[in-house]
Amino acid sequence: MNKPIIRVFAVLLVLFGLLAYFTTRWTVIDRAALQDNPQNKRELLAQQRIARGSILAASGTVLARSIRRSDGTYARRYPENGLFAQAVGYSFLNPGTAGLERFYNGQLIGRSAGLEGTLRKLQGKRQQGNDLDTSLDPQSQRIALDQLAGRAGAVVALDPRNGRVRVMASIPSYDPNVLRSAKETAILNSAAGAPLLNRTTAGLYPPGSTFKVVTAAAALDSGLYEPSSTVSGDNGISISGVPLNNDGGQSFGQIDLTTALTQSVNTVWAQVGERVGKRRMGRYMERFGFGSPVPVDLPANERLASGAYCSPDGKRELVVATNSCVDIGRTAIGQDKLLATPLQMAMVASAVANRGVLMRPAIATRTVDPEGRTAYENTPQQFSRVMSAATAEKLTAMMMKVVQEGTGTAAALNGIEVAGKTGTAERDVINNITQPWFIAFAPASNPQVAIAVTIEKTVGGFGGTEAAPIARAVMESLLR
Amino acid sequence: MSARNRELLGLLPASLLIVAGFGAVFLQEQARLGNLSLTYGAVFLGLCFVAHLIIRVRLPDADPYLLPIVAVLVSVGLVVIYRLNETLARDQAQWFVIGLIAFAATIILLRDYRVLERYRYLIAAASLALLLLPRIPGIGQQANGAYLGISLGPVSFQPAEFAKIGIIIFLASYLRDTRALLVSRKYFGITLPRLKHIGPLLLVWGLAMLMLVFIRDLGSSLMFFGGFLAMLYVATDRLIFPVVGFGLFGVGAWFFATTVGHVGDRISAWQHPFDPKLYEQIGGSYQIAQSLFAQADGGLWGQGFGQALISVGDSPILPAAQTDLIYAVIVNELGLIGGIALLLVYVMLIERGFRIAVLARDSFSKLLATGLTTVVALQVFVIVGGVTKVIPLTGVTLPFVSYGGSSIVANFVIVALLLLISDRARREARR
Repeated sequence: MNKPIIRVFAVLLVLFGLLAYFTTRWTVIDRAALQDNPQNKRELLAQQRIARGSILAASGTVLARSIRRSDGTYARRYPENGLFAQAVGYSFLNPGTAGLERFYNGQLIGRSAGLEGTLRKLQGKRQQGNDLDTSLDPQSQRIALDQLAGRAGAVVALDPRNGRVRVMASIPSYDPNVLRSAKETAILNSAAGAPLLNRTTAGLYPPGSTFKVVTAAAALDSGLYEPSSTVSGDNGISISGVPLNNDGGQSFGQIDLTTALTQSVNTVWAQVGERVGKRRMGRYMERFGFGSPVPVDLPANERLASGAYCSPDGKRELVVATNSCVDIGRTAIGQDKLLATPLQMAMVASAVANRGVLMRPAIATRTVDPEGRTAYENTPQQFSRVMSAATAEKLTAMMMKVVQEGTGTAAALNGIEVAGKTGTAERDVINNITQPWFIAFAPASNPQVAIAVTIEKTVGGFGGTEAAPIARAVMESLLR
Repeated sequence: MSARNRELLGLLPASLLIVAGFGAVFLQEQARLGNLSLTYGAVFLGLCFVAHLIIRVRLPDADPYLLPIVAVLVSVGLVVIYRLNETLARDQAQWFVIGLIAFAATIILLRDYRVLERYRYLIAAASLALLLLPRIPGIGQQANGAYLGISLGPVSFQPAEFAKIGIIIFLASYLRDTRALLVSRKYFGITLPRLKHIGPLLLVWGLAMLMLVFIRDLGSSLMFFGGFLAMLYVATDRLIFPVVGFGLFGVGAWFFATTVGHVGDRISAWQHPFDPKLYEQIGGSYQIAQSLFAQADGGLWGQGFGQALISVGDSPILPAAQTDLIYAVIVNELGLIGGIALLLVYVMLIERGFRIAVLARDSFSKLLATGLTTVVALQVFVIVGGVTKVIPLTGVTLPFVSYGGSSIVANFVIVALLLLISDRARREARR
């Protein structure tokens, strides 16, 4: 009888081996997947016991802080309410985390990896979060929100020299403090106008004529054109086999590119775009940041890529400029299949402003540990060299004309030279619904602000009349 | 060194473990180390020493490693339960003392355990009655859809824990008598027993199925039936029996899984633990999903004793952490290394059990030791397998470690029986 006894033992050993294997599977092999599972709230729950760091504006204004509750856990509060709702995001047990709160979660909870973390554990020190310093400017943000005056839209302003984000306004907005309640969260989630959406980075809109700056950069930098080169600005010129109209059906005759930008002549820029060609246009778009999720320190799911979106099999997807579905002439004037985020368009202005060098946008400047030492420094990074300094200079001069005597005069500032470009995308021709745009930078000789403004829907409004005044007010505040 | 001195020495690591374990929990909770953990260690060592003395006097030749191994398991259990809930740990410590009393009583009263054979039908009937008690209205309790517990006034216990011992005693005795008859006939080279001999076996299969229906617990019935098949295989040395047996069990389990809602729910929760609908559902996959999340957080080395996240405020994250999910807590705090170490301690325990079965001289002793050891091993497999998603999760205890009075008392009786068999076998072998 001993042989079968030993065999039974062997079978049981195999079963125990199975237990050891499955334990290994959950603790080591599938560990990361389980920890990333959306139903896994353990980390969030554990974090309720950590004093999470504050998020601060450039002025030191507290945008988010933690308060201690009676049961020893911590809760998040947003003293400025909805001022920077989408940029700062939120951190609550139930809806989870978003915005900077999500992107810098590790820093905010003071997660220390490796030896340092082990040492701290051995010393019995409680985990404490790091504070997050940002370049956000509350005063200018307030002006941006006031100027949008409840109209759905976005304002985003950068410092072109280093990419620091100063203003990131998105309307409709919300008060993150209400997300403590599951009921309010559910209401916000299904609210009309999607207030939780960060329109500056995840709102995709036809950029209209503001995109002519990209076309002009490609035309000048490739050496095919000079600001003084002349092109026919007649109405109804055939682009991709279909006649294209200028605003109001106006014909301009032979005009130079500076005039064509100042008056935003569609037929000129469409022809320029066709001549520059898909391949070259695509290369310059890529340098400006089109074609990949807008690079900023926010979670990946809150950032979308700008570019041509085609739907060959019913599903809208991003394609490269050389794709056969792209009408490059109409793309060159910001129409056709082209969609862009407001931050992307602010980057376009920023690249021209910074003498052709595009800096990577960043909201956070650094994190500071509880002892006051800098834990992490977010040093400015170059995203790309888009064009030569000479091209940028020529383009700046052209964009200054737009504000001095063209479509963007409403953005002019007393004593400060502004370079800009208007845009008015048609959203619904029959009902005359338009989406006004304005991108700009100032002071033109020594740029410190680059900005993009858009309002989702106006009845017959133009970029120059609706968006330019908002840009003007925000720039004025930032330059003060 | 004599067997008893080895046993005494073996108790030291268990006592050190309990001192270190309580010390770690105290450090975590009060940030200071009192001498209370030393007191707990001393009391624990004292109790184990009493058990040791009883064995020294009554069973001088018994296996020297069983008691120290059990002591290690009990001390791990006490420390983890203490870390979860102080009151429960005090209860558990009392149950540990009661378990030791049952252990002593078994050893002292059952001088010759073979008298059990005489009462086998009585024992079988009593065990069956015990199994069905939880379905009696008024005293039966339902937990997570399974009927496993009963409550009599202030005391509640799980009769299945005791029934398993009785059924194994009955089967060991019954199979000892019929093992020759079961393999007496062959058709076309295949062993086929007479119907009148296989009848009782079909009865046991029916019993396991009945448990599925009445007690509604897949884990317990798998445990019982697996133990039965192991004994049947050892008794006959014919592979055909366990193969057909498992086939029948599979068919039965499949049938009930598709017809009895509760069993089916458990199986779909096992297959799709992260399905949002099952996750939200009461009695759905929340528990198994949380178990896996807790283990993932443990990683290779664990988060440290007393570090596991069990609840926030008053809301528990790991349901039934002290019973069903105690293995998940251990893996969370001590990591893969701790989990495997615990499994190895069980393997050592099982190895001692089978060694006793091999050494035993008579069929009844061999079958009894095999049955008892297999059932303990399968119980570990059913609960750890449930917690690690090898099989659907069902609510049995982790022997000696989980919180639960019936479990610890019943398992101490099993250890006492194994020591009784061992003492006799080794004494006869020495002669």
